[in-house]
Amino acid sequence: MSLVSITDVRKSFGPVEVLKGVSMQVKRGDVVAIIGRSGSGKSTLLRCINGLESFQSGSISVDGLEVGNGKTDLRTLRRYVGMVFQQFNLFPHLTAGENIMLAPTVVAKTLKGEARHVAEQLLAKVGLEGKFDAYPSQLSGGQQQRVAIARALAMRPTVLLCDEITSALDPELVNEVLRVVEQLASEGMTLMLVTHEMRFARDVGTKLVFMHAGRVHEEGPPRELFANPQTPELAQFVSGLN
Amino acid sequence: MADFTFSVILNNLLWAARWTVLLSLIAFVSGGIVGLIVLFGRVSDHWALRLLTAGYIEFFQGTPLLMQLFLFFFGVALFGIEVSPWVAAWLALTFWTSAFLSEIWRGCVEAVPRGQWEASSTLAMSYFEQMRYVILPQAARIAVAPTVGFSVQVIKGTALASIIGFVELTKAGTMLNNATFRPFLVYSLVALIYFCLCFPLSWYAKRLEGRLNVAR
Amino acid sequence: MIYQLSFGDLLPYWDVLARGLAFTIILTAVSTVAGIGLGTAGAGARTFGPKWAGYAVGVYVELIRNTPFIVQLFFVFFGLPALGVKLTEAQAAFLAMVINLGAYSTEIIRAGIEAVPKGHIEAGLSLAMSRWEIFRYVVLKQAFMKVYPALSSQIIIVMLGSAVVSQISAEDLTYAANFIQSRNFRAFEAYFAVALLYLLLAIAMRAVLRGIGRLVFPKV
Repeated sequence: MSLVSITDVRKSFGPVEVLKGVSMQVKRGDVVAIIGRSGSGKSTLLRCINGLESFQSGSISVDGLEVGNGKTDLRTLRRYVGMVFQQFNLFPHLTAGENIMLAPTVVAKTLKGEARHVAEQLLAKVGLEGKFDAYPSQLSGGQQQRVAIARALAMRPTVLLCDEITSALDPELVNEVLRVVEQLASEGMTLMLVTHEMRFARDVGTKLVFMHAGRVHEEGPPRELFANPQTPELAQFVSGLN
Repeated sequence: MADFTFSVILNNLLWAARWTVLLSLIAFVSGGIVGLIVLFGRVSDHWALRLLTAGYIEFFQGTPLLMQLFLFFFGVALFGIEVSPWVAAWLALTFWTSAFLSEIWRGCVEAVPRGQWEASSTLAMSYFEQMRYVILPQAARIAVAPTVGFSVQVIKGTALASIIGFVELTKAGTMLNNATFRPFLVYSLVALIYFCLCFPLSWYAKRLEGRLNVAR
Repeated sequence: MIYQLSFGDLLPYWDVLARGLAFTIILTAVSTVAGIGLGTAGAGARTFGPKWAGYAVGVYVELIRNTPFIVQLFFVFFGLPALGVKLTEAQAAFLAMVINLGAYSTEIIRAGIEAVPKGHIEAGLSLAMSRWEIFRYVVLKQAFMKVYPALSSQIIIVMLGSAVVSQISAEDLTYAANFIQSRNFRAFEAYFAVALLYLLLAIAMRAVLRGIGRLVFPKV
């Protein structure tokens, strides 16, 4: 039984069709790495899963909840689908701890004391104990992104979407973020990552999806795909990386 | 009193509005000239000039325009010169406008990269040559939108000239109201005429600003 | 004949000046709070509200920003009674001030809201927050942080503009100057002293507003 089920999804921005019938199944505990050239539709696909983008046809369901087309209240869906962004998008007027506490207290109506406790635990988990009262502007990019991960985890999502979460980071800060994601994967969190970190995709991913021109061009176990691309496009993409 | 029909009121207001337009135009131009002089002092290398112009700007931006009108109206009379409301209003609006325009323009001058000053000074240009040929042409480009925007404030500012007895749009409104006792109609029309004068300028300023942002 | 300036003639009227100053301060304080409240609602309606509300607010903002405050004041004080709304001088002054600052602050706060990065709103959406919750917890404070300096300047501009309420005999600082010069015929001295009081008030307000800003907003 799939946790995330994507069937023949089509999406256009005006006259430009960016998703041309995408289908994909994600099981609980899967770590799906989505790779591809920019403009191949991978970020758009991710944003369709939690309803940040609408799509014209096809269907997406998460844990039995239908996405879009007014079938499910998006707020209900989003409580189960966490998202981490390329640009972190931390709220600059709140401290790291308050960023994490906001949705639990406002949306899930958790008591302040309890939310604070959870926030402290999550900060420790991402290696930022003691940064509760720091404002985002006082943190490095890597630290900000780790807070953003903790913020998404605070809602206890069943699946976490990561949209190029290391692309805006200085190279030396990439690993501290990837380590946190790797730890989440080892704990059995279902992850869908759009990424340019091929080594990470190969070593941590349980499934690799290569998107090309708005379609899933090739998918399978990461090691096999990297070692043995079946299509010239993937072969070229992989060779172009080195 | 029944003679004061709608069209009579409107005609009288429109006739008075030309004084609003004229005072606005004259005050804007003379305010701009004085403002440019203040600007030269404000961004000069000479600390005393900077201090003096800063005080000037502080005074005219930090006191009510109405006070400035009163001060010119009664102050010039102290020298034994009888001033008409027209002259007092022109003087007050000129100085008030110059303070705001010079401050707006200072922001634009400071937006010109420091390297432009340095480059032009290595070409042995004097301060005035730097301003005239290098800095102001660049600053002017970004100054147009806020300057047009401020012209709306000048038009609205002329309404205060009514208080010292200059018969422009607002004063005409007050007089017509006293004659007709139809305040709702009269002040609606007065507001409408001001709106017709100001809104195109506001709109144009916003459009210029938008175009500049795109260009950047 | 050379005119002798004599500021001493103002001293007997210090209590009149004090009362006028108090009125101007209270008028400014109340209309600041109410005006910014109105502006916040207006800006919220323009950015997060339904289309029709956005248009209605747009018309209000443009009407106020493109007409002189004195005409708005006369309209409220002389015009509204024709519709059956009778106001005292002070009430009319307060109402006109709130309406005026409401329009300007709507526009200022709206600019702040629009400057909040789209990603922050998406982050809020991804955390299952409603539009109202996003507006309330994510957007509003950020917007205020961004436009606080502009808002502060506008409050001072409105304070200076309030001198006009003397024209409907609301007993503010300018009214005090008018009163004094009608008694001692020292017009220049009275207006000069009161102009300086306004200047001091503007400088003091700037300091107070900056202090409040430091207190309320984190340094980011």
